[in-house]
Amino acid sequence: MSSIEERVKKIVVEQLGVEEDQVTADASFVDDLGADSLDTVELVMALEEEFDCEIPDEEAENIQTLGQAVAYIEEHCEK
Amino acid sequence: MSKRRVVITGLGMVSPVGNTVAESWENIKAGRSGIQTIDTFDVSAFPVKFGGLIKDFDVTRYIKAKDAKKMDPFIHYGMAAGIQAMEDAGLEVSEENAERIGVHMGAGIGGIDTISRQHQILMKSGPRRISPFFVPSAIINMISGNLSIHFGIKGPNLAMVTACATGTHAIGDAFRLIQYGDADAMIVGGAEQAANPLGLAGFAAARALSTRNDEPQAASRPWDRDRDGFVLSDGAGAVVLEAYEHAKARGARIYAEVLGFGMSGDAYHMTLPAKGGEGAARCMKNALRDAGLNPEQIDYINAHGTSTPAGDVCETQAIKTAFGDHAYKLAVSSTKSMTGHALGAAGAMETIFTTLALYEGILPPTINLDNPDEQCDLDYVPHQAREATIRYALNNSFGFGGTNGTLVLGKV
Repeated sequence: MSSIEERVKKIVVEQLGVEEDQVTADASFVDDLGADSLDTVELVMALEEEFDCEIPDEEAENIQTLGQAVAYIEEHCEK
Repeated sequence: MSKRRVVITGLGMVSPVGNTVAESWENIKAGRSGIQTIDTFDVSAFPVKFGGLIKDFDVTRYIKAKDAKKMDPFIHYGMAAGIQAMEDAGLEVSEENAERIGVHMGAGIGGIDTISRQHQILMKSGPRRISPFFVPSAIINMISGNLSIHFGIKGPNLAMVTACATGTHAIGDAFRLIQYGDADAMIVGGAEQAANPLGLAGFAAARALSTRNDEPQAASRPWDRDRDGFVLSDGAGAVVLEAYEHAKARGARIYAEVLGFGMSGDAYHMTLPAKGGEGAARCMKNALRDAGLNPEQIDYINAHGTSTPAGDVCETQAIKTAFGDHAYKLAVSSTKSMTGHALGAAGAMETIFTTLALYEGILPPTINLDNPDEQCDLDYVPHQAREATIRYALNNSFGFGGTNGTLVLGKV
């Protein structure tokens, strides 16, 4: 079973059409990886699907990097 | 105000007979059908099991995979045709000319497959699972929107929606815009991807389609006595229309000139053509008047010719009404006998075939016309293409809702 980070990274690569080595823990989806606001909405939806949890919109706004996504999922989604 | 002359300087196409203009035109001249049994979804429960599909198409030749993911296939086809047409025209968009270039690509139905899929998600998983790109990936004007973004085109940005007359009306409308001075050049045409489960079911339910499941390539047989409906196809066609002086100034290749555009409405029935082709006849007359040509000057008509029992007779009657005795002297053919009917793309694809007929002096054939209906007695160029020096040609398109469009093209 892949780690949470690997699973999130795979989704980011697929959703944003970027190379895996670009997706560092601190790379901003919008500023560094070329996402627009709708891309990030779709990315969060894909994370919800993958980890079978619901991420409220106000929380989703704070998920702007791989690191933030992994931290949120570790705390709220993966029991 | 004197009207500016408008010419065709670029061609692009994705069709059941080829993924480029060159490949499609070669197959059309050879009389090859692009119709097949549908293998993209399970058709076992469908009364119609065949159509005209796009084969071996790689959208990443035109746009990035990341962007393509946010577009319905009808937009992929439209983007491909538009990009091909611009490459063919050799027209570069710059800061200086961006506001003088426009885009006018429509569709008859648009993103029906995307709508269908997202609706399934809505029913199964609820509103939170709907893609944020659902709306912009499905709506009809997004070929124009995306081509504008792709090329940096900042002039008129429009989309026609007149069912099966879309492509023809788009070209006619853009012709007027350039004549009037709103733009110097435009990417114009239409695209469709309706040979999907919901589209096929809908047209089959309307009893519009041929059910010749055992012989798909013989199913589109305009004016033949054994025709039984049209063949649903996917595809896209785009032309670059350009002000004549603009094209001359940059030394562009000119394929043909757009000389006239006519429109009319049947005011008769949702799907059937008006009796005697009354609306279609008025449409052709309007186009001839706009072009300032007499009926006797027309050499060739690329007909709407969909292979429906009523439509083929009505168009024949309309041609006789509009042309009188000359109807028996000019040539008429239906390239839909090979491509099937790509709805909103059809008028643009057929304008391209008409343009190439003028440019190369070759009349495309009507295949499968083995036993002409006795009410259909014109020269339909049966079976084989024919060399002919032609000077003026018409392209007809008629759509559900009783909407008609005719373009007059001329050799330059």
